[in-house]
Amino acid sequence: MKPDESRVTSHESPDSQWPLWEVFVQPPGGEPHQHAGSVHAADAEQALQNARDVYARRGEGVSIWVVPSSAIVASTPDDMGPFFDPGNDKPYRHPQFYKVPRGVRL
Amino acid sequence: MKKQASSAAVRPQNDTFEYLLRLGDDRLVLGHRTSEWCGHAPILEEDIALANVALDLVGQANLLLSAAATAENAGRDADALAFLRDELDYRSVLMVELPNGDFAFTIARQFLFGVYSMVQSEALQKSKHADLGGIAAKMFKETRYHVRHSGEWLLKLGDGTDESHRRLQDAINELWRYTGELFLTDDIERRAAEQGIGVDSSTLQAAWSAQVTEVLRRAGISTPEVTWMQRGGRVGQHTEQLGHMLAEMQTLQRQHPGASW
Repeated sequence: MKPDESRVTSHESPDSQWPLWEVFVQPPGGEPHQHAGSVHAADAEQALQNARDVYARRGEGVSIWVVPSSAIVASTPDDMGPFFDPGNDKPYRHPQFYKVPRGVRL
Repeated sequence: MKKQASSAAVRPQNDTFEYLLRLGDDRLVLGHRTSEWCGHAPILEEDIALANVALDLVGQANLLLSAAATAENAGRDADALAFLRDELDYRSVLMVELPNGDFAFTIARQFLFGVYSMVQSEALQKSKHADLGGIAAKMFKETRYHVRHSGEWLLKLGDGTDESHRRLQDAINELWRYTGELFLTDDIERRAAEQGIGVDSSTLQAAWSAQVTEVLRRAGISTPEVTWMQRGGRVGQHTEQLGHMLAEMQTLQRQHPGASW
């Protein structure tokens, strides 16, 4: 089966520049990488350099990931209902019915 | 005997001043040239990248000229050295004052000077001067990135289209005659090296050549065979271009002396 092409962001930038890359920066202190934004670049090394120059010049991070935007599969606004609504009427999905033992309380 | 001792006591200070001035002027002039790309680079990301490089270079110049002013001990500060000297008093190499030309020329110069600055600042980390070792460590770190940036571009331009290859080869051919001056040495520099303050530039050439030749080879660019090298910047004999550049760079301080914000 071919993947659903409509779900993959087009590799062609609409603005006729170089391909688009998504940038994830890990803040100092070991937190997970967080999406910072995107850059244009002709290849991976250039994407890494551009990401560094645009998003990590002021000590924002200790590690950078760049991912071709085309490699990201995103949910669509149509998915809003089926994806995100069904949660709230099932409170047992939230781990709030347990007593937290005193020894592990913060 | 006594006279000798006192002249020896004065001389090291002037050597240190002159030596730091050269280091600072190279970076100030190239930093200003690079800043001229701001708003003109081929793509937004590259505009930001070049502006970052320019800021690094001006920052390095600020530290070096401050140290030079301290060594001079004549009441001038880094701003006075940057904005109130004429081109005859600038000690930068000729390469850095040349106009930016096209993007290939800018990148080629950034690379040729960058590798020079990298091997130089690596060696200067061991300087016995109170501040220079620390400044060099910062320069080395920053310059390694500059070389990574310009080196990557060199490969792309050399291995890109016929036009990008031709423009890069033209740039290297044009710039090559200015590379000899980077490795000239004189008494001031030799004395600075003997005192453990500076490095003898001629000792940097082998490492520079090895790195530059390797990247040019990978980019498919031939190394020019130039036998005659331009020189003069270290003694204040500049091209007409530096005066034009300084006129623009210094106009505010010249028209409104002491202005600040």
